[in-house]
Amino acid sequence: MGRAVRLKVNGQEYRILVPAHRTLLEVLREDLGLVGTKHGCELGECGVCTVLVDGGPVLSCLALAQELEGHEVTTIEGLARDGELHPLQRAFVESGALQCGYCTPAMVLVAKALLDEIPDASPDQIREAIAAVFCRCTGYTKIVQAVQAVARSLRSQPAGRA
Amino acid sequence: MPAIEERERVFSVVGQRLPRVDGWAKVTGRAQYADDLTLPGVLFGKLARSTRAHAKLVAVRTERALQVPGVVAAITGADIPVRYGVFPVGQDETALAVGKVRYVGEPVAAVAAIDEATAEAAVRLVEVDYEPLPARMTLEDALAHPEPRIHDYGPSGNVHRLASLEFGDVERAFAQADHVREDLFFYDGSTHAPLEPHSALAWWDGGAKKLTIWTSHQAPHYLHRGLAKALGLDEHQVRVVVPAVGGGFGGKLDIFHHEVCAAKLSMLTGRPVKITLTREEVFYAHRGRHPELLRIRTGVRRDGRLTAMHVEAYLDGGAYCSFGPATLLYAGTQQPVTYRIPNYRFQAVRVFTNKPPCGPKRGHGTPQARCALEVHLDKLAGDLGLDPVDLRLRNLTGPHEVTVNWLEITSNGLRECIEKVVEASGWQKRRGRLPEGVGLGFACSAYLTGAGVSIYYSDMPHAAVQLRVDRGGGITVYTMATEIGQGSATAVATIVAEVLGVQPQEVNLVTSDTDLTPIDLGSYSSRVTLMVGNAAYQAAVRARDMLAEAAADRLGVPRERLVFRARRVYDERDPERGAHLAEVARWAEAKFGSVSTSGSYRPPDKLGTYKGSGVGFSPAYTFSACVAEVRCDRETGEVQVKRVWVAHDIGHPLNPVLVEGQVEGSVHMALGEALMEEQAFRKELHRGPSWLDYKVPSLYEMPEVTTFLVRTEEPRAPFSAKEVGQGPLLCIVPAVVNAVADALGVRVDEVPVTPEKVLKALEEQRRGRAGRVGPTKVPPFPFPAPERVPRPQSWEEAVRSA
Repeated sequence: MGRAVRLKVNGQEYRILVPAHRTLLEVLREDLGLVGTKHGCELGECGVCTVLVDGGPVLSCLALAQELEGHEVTTIEGLARDGELHPLQRAFVESGALQCGYCTPAMVLVAKALLDEIPDASPDQIREAIAAVFCRCTGYTKIVQAVQAVARSLRSQPAGRA
Repeated sequence: MPAIEERERVFSVVGQRLPRVDGWAKVTGRAQYADDLTLPGVLFGKLARSTRAHAKLVAVRTERALQVPGVVAAITGADIPVRYGVFPVGQDETALAVGKVRYVGEPVAAVAAIDEATAEAAVRLVEVDYEPLPARMTLEDALAHPEPRIHDYGPSGNVHRLASLEFGDVERAFAQADHVREDLFFYDGSTHAPLEPHSALAWWDGGAKKLTIWTSHQAPHYLHRGLAKALGLDEHQVRVVVPAVGGGFGGKLDIFHHEVCAAKLSMLTGRPVKITLTREEVFYAHRGRHPELLRIRTGVRRDGRLTAMHVEAYLDGGAYCSFGPATLLYAGTQQPVTYRIPNYRFQAVRVFTNKPPCGPKRGHGTPQARCALEVHLDKLAGDLGLDPVDLRLRNLTGPHEVTVNWLEITSNGLRECIEKVVEASGWQKRRGRLPEGVGLGFACSAYLTGAGVSIYYSDMPHAAVQLRVDRGGGITVYTMATEIGQGSATAVATIVAEVLGVQPQEVNLVTSDTDLTPIDLGSYSSRVTLMVGNAAYQAAVRARDMLAEAAADRLGVPRERLVFRARRVYDERDPERGAHLAEVARWAEAKFGSVSTSGSYRPPDKLGTYKGSGVGFSPAYTFSACVAEVRCDRETGEVQVKRVWVAHDIGHPLNPVLVEGQVEGSVHMALGEALMEEQAFRKELHRGPSWLDYKVPSLYEMPEVTTFLVRTEEPRAPFSAKEVGQGPLLCIVPAVVNAVADALGVRVDEVPVTPEKVLKALEEQRRGRAGRVGPTKVPPFPFPAPERVPRPQSWEEAVRSA
């Protein structure tokens, strides 16, 4: 049967009863109602379910919720603060870096993880990070441009953090 | 239609680089897709699927499945045997197989249970007795073995549909040509692979006797009709709602098994039922690109002018009709739109095979023949010692002419498209002087801005829009236009916002709901911008007229001097003299009772009267040209596309950011088809129904893309805005294939151009042979004698004077 797990999601602490096989993806979408995290294959192939665990990208379809006791999870719903879009979210909208939007939550999160670690990431570093998530609409061009624009603005303000 | 003065004015939102209207919802995770939705008491459905490619269904037993605790209902084909299909002539599918199965993965039973895991356990207990039949996995095999037939309809054996048309006198023209060349090409099948798997949530309200389905779909109207038929309901008892859609590309246009089954299970259980496909199941739902074998024979004069062309197409349709009758004809319609061909014969056959059904994928039916033609023209140019670009330039169609197959071209920017990519790529200077293994390839294409004839005959509009201005100055637009990521919501909002002087973000949109919104036929054939756009423009102008009349009274300003901009209505001579839009709305409400308008659009009548003339006909065409630069590795056979220059005749872009996005996305999908994607089978099984096995281009395969938007005036399009979702894809695939030939001096006459094929062609060359990989023959198939269609008068005159 399930085990009680303390999970911190977007700064909010949840206590939930989770069976051993239940994935983080299922817990987020079905138990916590955080459906901003998407699923594309549930086999760890497409990257569309990516969330951040302790700031780093994790495929939520392959992560078991029981193993995340005490860890901090960030989903797309946790990015905008007080109604203000995160600079990456703003850049995605302004650059046309999304079409159907299905990969967008994961794309924004992998970009955030990168820029949190390397605010002035190089184009190659950006491409490497983004390549973890599939997109079928945009051809990636405008996604890379959006992340580059944010990295550039962070480079010009050394104190800034994404 | 947009007025002339409208065009001369500087627009406030049309043509601006504004954010898309659904951007905020999508970037915050608030956009709701079908699988994000739920209802109290929801059940989860799963489909049991055939493990045989071709077999008689002797029995399907659900008793053991029903015994699993938590299973609420189970159905088989006997519970829901009505045949349906999008095409009136293609009513050949059932929600669950009846009598026989025709491909591995075809649904045979469905269960509904309290959770997904229970449903999944239960479908494994569905027992099926099969009596195997021989499976036909290629079109050659299906043609060679007419018995046993896969379907009991069609002209003969496994032939599903045929076309055989001739305009002018092809044989005579061949006899008189200076040179005749024939080539074969094979274009393999591929699938859409949208990131969002198909999903549907159905709810039967037993009190109202009404079914509502929320589903990831591109054409709620056709689904509405199909569901009513399949379920034995009146159409007014069915409501289709489409939430956010995670990509379509043509893959969510049919009436799908899981949609009918979710609805039926809800009707049986009285509870909502959701069915979401797994990634593997999406490969079985398919409806992707038809594998297609083509033979093209062309006659030319010494100066490179085309005199005759004969196109033969052999389409592997998979197990059902889907959109096949249109796919078949699309193989032949667009060649005369790019090039003047005085004598033209088109013959095509679509064959049933025991694979998931093929259907409409981005470019629907035209990419295969376009690719074959553009490769063929490259070789023809070589025969004549002409630059491939020059050969095309000598044969281009122009604006305002009728093609030999009776399609009416209005605006046409193809020549400028060619000039743009040729110049930017340095074609003249660089081609033939590139380093070993590097090559340039060129191709052109054309596509429809909306199918001019609807899938079922009607004299009704193809699109209508309702619009309401409320007393708070709110503007609400009701439209069935279905946003699948292509930007239809932004296009409609931009048009309305321009007319009424607000920002696109401020327009409230009620979309894709068959109860709440007036007709739109769907997001296919690149029709929404032009058709829904014209309807929205008309509705908005009618609302503006009402507002202007009320404002003219109150402000004492002549109507024609009133300007609508930045939420104000004011005198163009004295901008201080005006009022806020909300105030004007209140004046108008007092004067007229309510400010509610509607607009509608019906395409002009087609010119052709021959059978098949409805396919390929469009109110307006877009044109594209591409130069691709590749680097090929002689050791590994690998092809890398380094740069792509694409020019697209857009008319005028409503929003250049979204237009560029469609071009860049087309490059991605085109490169997948050109280099790696294959809906391939190993014996009777799909070779790899997963993202790992079905290779699509990753970020690392994306080249640098340079996009040129060529502007033309298109009187039939709202603000001159033509399509961009499909057209640019078409020229990119052949440009890459031609570039490989330029780089290596060998020909791979089939896509995808895989490393194995490149190496094989190089090996052939080393052995002193032609250095070609590709089909060498067509199946023996006797096409019926072509129907001789008279050419348009303009062609008769042109041919006489030539």
